[in-house]
Amino acid sequence: MILGRAFMPDATLGAPRYLSLLSPGGWSLYGLAAVVLLVVFPLLHLTVPADSVLHISDYWVTLIGKIMCYAIVALAMDLIWGYTGILSLGHGLFFALGGYAMGMYLMRSIGHEGVYQSDLPDFMVFLDWKKYPWYWSFTDHFGYAVALVVLAPGLLAFLFGFFAFRSRIKGVYFSIITQALTYAFMLLFFRNDTGFGGNNGFTDFKRILGFPITAPETRMALFVTTAAALMGFLLLGRWIVTSKLGRVLTAIRDAETRVMFSGYNPLYFKLFIWTLSAVICGIAGALYVPQVGIINPSEMSPANSIEIAIWTAVGGRGTLLGPVLGAAAVNLGKSWFTKAFPEYWLFALGLLFILVTLFLPRGLAGLWHSRKKRS
Amino acid sequence: MSGTAAREHWDDPVATGTRLLAEGVDTTHRGILYLDGISVSFDGFKALDDLSLIVDAGELRCVIGPNGAGKTTMMDVITGKTRPDAGSAYFGQTIDLSRLTEAEIAGAGIGRKFQKPTVFEQHSVFENLELAMKADKRVGPTLRARLDAAARDRIASTLETIKLLPEAARPAGLLSHGQKQWLELGMLLMQEPQVLLLDEPVAGMTDAETMRSAELFVSLAGRYTLVVVEHDVDFVARIAHKVTVLHEGSVLAEGSMEQIQQNQQVIEVFLGR
Repeated sequence: MILGRAFMPDATLGAPRYLSLLSPGGWSLYGLAAVVLLVVFPLLHLTVPADSVLHISDYWVTLIGKIMCYAIVALAMDLIWGYTGILSLGHGLFFALGGYAMGMYLMRSIGHEGVYQSDLPDFMVFLDWKKYPWYWSFTDHFGYAVALVVLAPGLLAFLFGFFAFRSRIKGVYFSIITQALTYAFMLLFFRNDTGFGGNNGFTDFKRILGFPITAPETRMALFVTTAAALMGFLLLGRWIVTSKLGRVLTAIRDAETRVMFSGYNPLYFKLFIWTLSAVICGIAGALYVPQVGIINPSEMSPANSIEIAIWTAVGGRGTLLGPVLGAAAVNLGKSWFTKAFPEYWLFALGLLFILVTLFLPRGLAGLWHSRKKRS
Repeated sequence: MSGTAAREHWDDPVATGTRLLAEGVDTTHRGILYLDGISVSFDGFKALDDLSLIVDAGELRCVIGPNGAGKTTMMDVITGKTRPDAGSAYFGQTIDLSRLTEAEIAGAGIGRKFQKPTVFEQHSVFENLELAMKADKRVGPTLRARLDAAARDRIASTLETIKLLPEAARPAGLLSHGQKQWLELGMLLMQEPQVLLLDEPVAGMTDAETMRSAELFVSLAGRYTLVVVEHDVDFVARIAHKVTVLHEGSVLAEGSMEQIQQNQQVIEVFLGR
C-alpha cells in the first residue's frame, strides 16, 4: 500500500503538467522575442539612417508600441476570461482609467505652453475654472500618477468585483453589467464638468519626465518600456496559471460548486484575478497614452471592450500567448483595413469573430496545437 | 500527524476508534451532527418539516425515502447551501452550521458528494485530488503552494484506495461514470473530513463497482462518519448499521434494517398507495 516515490514517477501520476514556467524551447523563443523587441528594434530605429531598407520608421514604432499595449490588455483578458471563465465586456474602462491617470500627469507637464498660457489646462480655462479640482491634486508628481494608474482601475475593479461576485453574478449577466459600467463611465467622462476634458479628453502633450514627448529617443524609451512590460506580464501570467492557484481558477471556470465544496472560497480567487487583470489593463493604458498622444472617452465605448474580447478569442482563450498574437494580428489587420476600406472595418471584425467561433474555437493557438498533435 | 501514522490508520479502519474524538469538533456526547426541528420551504412547499436527527461520530448512517422526502434538501442544509427557515444544525457540540459558508463548512470537516458526480473534467485525476487536498485554501498560500513528497504519497495512496492509480494522468472528463463517482469520493477523502455526505454514491455503477463501493464504505466507517442517501435498498441492506427513513420532510422511522423492514408505517409509505 505504501507507495514510495521511486515507483511513482510524476509522469505516470499525472502530476501538474507544467512543472517549470516555460519549456526549454519556450525560453529560447522568449529570449529571442526579448532581444528583438528590446535591442534589435530600437537599434534599427535609432541608429540606421532613414534611407536604409533596414530602418524602422516612426509609423512602425508607434503602431507596434500601440499593439503591444493592446496585447497586454488581451493577456489580462485571458486571465479573467480564458482561465477563470468570466467574460468582462468592460475591460476598456480599466485601460482608459490607467490612460487618464497618466494623461493627468502629462497635462500638468505641459506647463504654460498651452494655448491660453495658463497654469491650468486649456479645457479648464475654457470652462472658466480658476483652480484645479481636488482630484487633480498631486497629479504633477510622476510617482503619484503611477500610483494612480494602479489604484484607480484596481480600486474600482475591487469594489465592483466584490459586490458582483459576492452576489454570485455570473455568465452573461456579469458581462452585461460590465458593459453597462464602462458605458456609464463613458457618459460621465463626456461631461465637461467632470473635469477630464469632456469629449476632447487630453491631448497636445509636450513632455514626460522632462523629456520632449515627440523626440525619437523618448518614443523609443516608451516603446522599450512597453515591450518590457509585455514580456514581464507574460511571465507573471505564466507563473500564475502554472501555480496551484491557476488550477483553482480553471476549476472555478469548469465546476464552481465543486470548488466551493472543496473548501475554497471562489469569491476571493475571482476577486484576486479580476483586480489583477484590471490593474494590468490600467498599466497598458498608461503606456498607451504617451505613445499615441491622446486619451478621450471613446476608449470607454462598449465597442472597444468587445474588441478586446475578440482579440482574445481570435488568439485562443486560455493560452496567454494566443491572445497576445490575436491582439497583434487583429490590429495589424485593422490598420491595413481601415486604410483600404475604412467603412467596413466593423463588418470585417464581426465576420472574423463569427468565423473564428465556427471554425477555430481554440483560436490561432489551437491551430498550432493541432499541427503539433498531427506531426 | 506523520504520513506513516496516517497510512496505518488507513490500512486498519477497525483499530481507529481513537480518532472518533475528531480534532476541532466536540463530540463528547457521541453525536457529531445534530439537526433539531429543521424546516425549509420553497414557495410554500415544505421540503423539510420539523426534521430532527442525530448522527453519532464514526457511524455509517443510511438515509432512505421516496422522491421528494427531503433527502437532498437535508444535505443542502448541512452543507450550508440552503438556510433553514427554522431549527438549528450543529456540527459537534459547538459549531453552528447556519453561521458558516459552504467553504467554511467544507473546511470544518464536512465533505459532500453530489448525486451527479462533479469533478474537474479538464484537470487530470491527480490534479483533482491535489486541488481537493486539505491545505490552507486562501488565495496567497494557494499561489505559493508546492507539492511536497508527503503530499504526493497521500495522493498516491488515495489513488490506490479509489482504484484509479492507472488513470492518474488522464483528464477526469474521460473517466467512466463509476470512476468519476470514486474520484469524487477520493477528493472528499483528500480533504480529511470528519463527516462524509454521500448522495446516491452508487447511482449508475455496474454491479461489480457497486460491490467494491460497499466494501469501501464499510471500511471507511469508524474512521469517518458517513451519511449515505440511497435509493438502492439492496445496497443499503448490505452496508447499513442504522437506517433513517424520511417521509414528507421529517423522520418516519429509525433503526436497524430489520426493524425498518418490519415497520408498518414504512411499508405503507413504500408499498401502499
